[in-house]
Amino acid sequence: MSKILIVAEHDGTTLNQATARAVTCARQIPAAHVTVAVFAADPAAVAAAAAALVGVDAVVTVAHAANASPLAATLAPQVVALASGYTHVFAASTAFGKDLLPRVAALLGVPQISDAMAVVGAYSFKRPTYAGNAIVTLEAPADRTLVATVRSASFEPAAQGGSAPISAATVTADLPTHTRFVGLSASPKSDRPDLASAAKVVSGGRALASKENFNIVYSLAGKMGAAVGASRAAVDAGYASNELQVGQTGKIIAPDLYVAVGISGAIQHLTGIKDAKTIVAINKDPEAPIFEVADFGLVADLFVAVPEIEKALG
Amino acid sequence: MRKILVGVKRVVDYNVRVRVKPDGSGVALEGVKMSVNPFDEIALEEALRIKERGEAAEVVAVSIGPDDAQQQLRTALAMGADRAILVKVTDAVDPLVASRVLTEIAKKENADLVILGKQAIDDDAAQTAPMVAALWGRPQATFASKIEINGATAVVTREVDAGLETIEVDLPAVFSADLRLNEPRYVKLPDIMKAKKKPLDVVEFASLGVAADVGLKTTFVEPPKPRAKGIVVKDVAELVDALKKKGLV
Ligand SMILES: Cc1cc2nc3c(=O)[nH]c(=O)nc-3n(C[C@H](O)[C@H](O)[C@H](O)COP(=O)(O)OP(=O)(O)OC[C@H]3O[C@@H](n4cnc5c(N)ncnc54)[C@H](O)[C@@H]3O)c2cc1C
Ligand SMILES: Cc1cc2nc3c(=O)[nH]c(=O)nc-3n(C[C@H](O)[C@H](O)[C@H](O)COP(=O)(O)OP(=O)(O)OC[C@H]3O[C@@H](n4cnc5c(N)ncnc54)[C@H](O)[C@@H]3O)c2cc1C
Repeated sequence: MSKILIVAEHDGTTLNQATARAVTCARQIPAAHVTVAVFAADPAAVAAAAAALVGVDAVVTVAHAANASPLAATLAPQVVALASGYTHVFAASTAFGKDLLPRVAALLGVPQISDAMAVVGAYSFKRPTYAGNAIVTLEAPADRTLVATVRSASFEPAAQGGSAPISAATVTADLPTHTRFVGLSASPKSDRPDLASAAKVVSGGRALASKENFNIVYSLAGKMGAAVGASRAAVDAGYASNELQVGQTGKIIAPDLYVAVGISGAIQHLTGIKDAKTIVAINKDPEAPIFEVADFGLVADLFVAVPEIEKALG
Repeated sequence: MRKILVGVKRVVDYNVRVRVKPDGSGVALEGVKMSVNPFDEIALEEALRIKERGEAAEVVAVSIGPDDAQQQLRTALAMGADRAILVKVTDAVDPLVASRVLTEIAKKENADLVILGKQAIDDDAAQTAPMVAALWGRPQATFASKIEINGATAVVTREVDAGLETIEVDLPAVFSADLRLNEPRYVKLPDIMKAKKKPLDVVEFASLGVAADVGLKTTFVEPPKPRAKGIVVKDVAELVDALKKKGLV
């Protein structure tokens, strides 16, 4: 039997949907027993949310004042202490998971499988390399802990309606003091859906040409109930904030609908959207590579076309 | 601070679209343009700026790779690194092995800071910086978009999913460079000439006493599933119609 420990991602009160997607990945492993671990200052709310996920067999909480901020240096030794007795340690392949799990793997002395996108067997997974242009099947030895991050875009979130038992664990680990949390400058919260999990996304590129113009993207997204994304060029130029970058080195997403506005379609960008069910591209250059992946392409000036679309949507 | 170590990985250039070999054994790399991993150029640029501010004395570029990785190290020297070390391997190494090597060198060199890329754009593993930090028992600050050195500590701003996180770490530490940390300088011709005279040590992997096997096996490599061919619509009305039919708007 595979005993899988998933490190929950949360902000202190809310469980991140990426964790529910990692649960779905874990459930695809034959005869899996799935435990979600919540490290927090006060884990109650997050633990309750994790226990309510279908497919979760148990939730363990590790309450510690040091767990108020998600620092890899303090979390990793606690995860390692908890990991004995488990065959697998998973986390979502988000900024949090990418920061934490390699530190856990190295402390355990095992390699890590990054961005698991398909389960081949209990110790074999597929993952993307070369900006998604080569899919590699990896096999890990069954006599060591398997550490992996799970590519959110490849798995649906586990459904609500579970009722797993919650228990508190105490772990004995030396917590380093060499790393200190100073602050988080969070991007202003909005009613807009979250980019990583949204069903619809409208993204803008360099063609928007200014931060003010980028409001065209926000406006269309608002009309459609979509999240907002951006190309690297738009983020570098300061039109959009960093966590909105979509692509190989930003967020990999799989919405039902992706609308690329004034984005050329560089391979690094396309990696981030290949799993979108429907891709719409609006670009004035008919030769732009984005049209190679678009289900619906519109060759037009975005400054004319986007307001027209908004009008047509009523 | 005396010394900054920077990782310089030789990777397929970011403009190349790689092809998977039909037999599923790997990707075709013969004759493909190779470059310094773009994140490593950013890491090196940051190290050079720290040195130029008078906050570090020496910048050492390290690559683990084949003999040809000397080309990428020469590029690093031309950018301004003081010297370079090539740890020679014949086969690609897993990030855990690369991390063991970099940790060995950080210890041997008594480095005060190690700056790596956030990820290498070939394997996209994004593991090495946290692994080196763990093996070395030092702090990590991954996805750095701003680094401020204050004597024995550093304040680092990190690009995380919720926005920008700031942490403070004791040095020595390991940082990984994100895209917005800086814009790397261009190499000028006279610098390329000068770089030829800078020291580049070649170390055999075997001489480091680092375990090479981590047990992970690549059993198959395949291309991604292609997307079905789409259509070009003639105007906004046709686009909105098509999306309505699919129930997407
Ligand atoms: C290491 C590395 C990592 C990277 N990671 C990422 C990543 O994660 N995500 C990412 O997106 N990129 C990434 N990139 C950058 C990538 O290579 C491209 O440079 C970037 O995606 C280009 O952004 P863009 O399409 O907005 O800009 P451009 O390529 O400049 O394209 C702008 C497009 O807008 C069109 N246009 C101009 N005006 C109009 C108009 N009025 N109406 C309609 N269309 C118009 C043009 O025809 C053009 O096609 C990375 C690059 C490197 C080296
Ligand atoms: C098709 C394919 C098949 C593979 N098969 C195998 C296999 O059979 N066995 C196996 O063990 N591995 C295999 N690999 C793994 C692969 O070669 C290494 O794991 C990978 O190169 C290291 O991961 P990364 O560079 O993505 O690390 P990342 O963690 O993404 O690198 C981040 C940073 O670490 C530093 N760094 C990393 N590597 C080096 C380096 N070599 N020199 C200097 N600095 C470095 C750089 O600063 C870099 O920016 C395979 C990879 C591919 C794509």
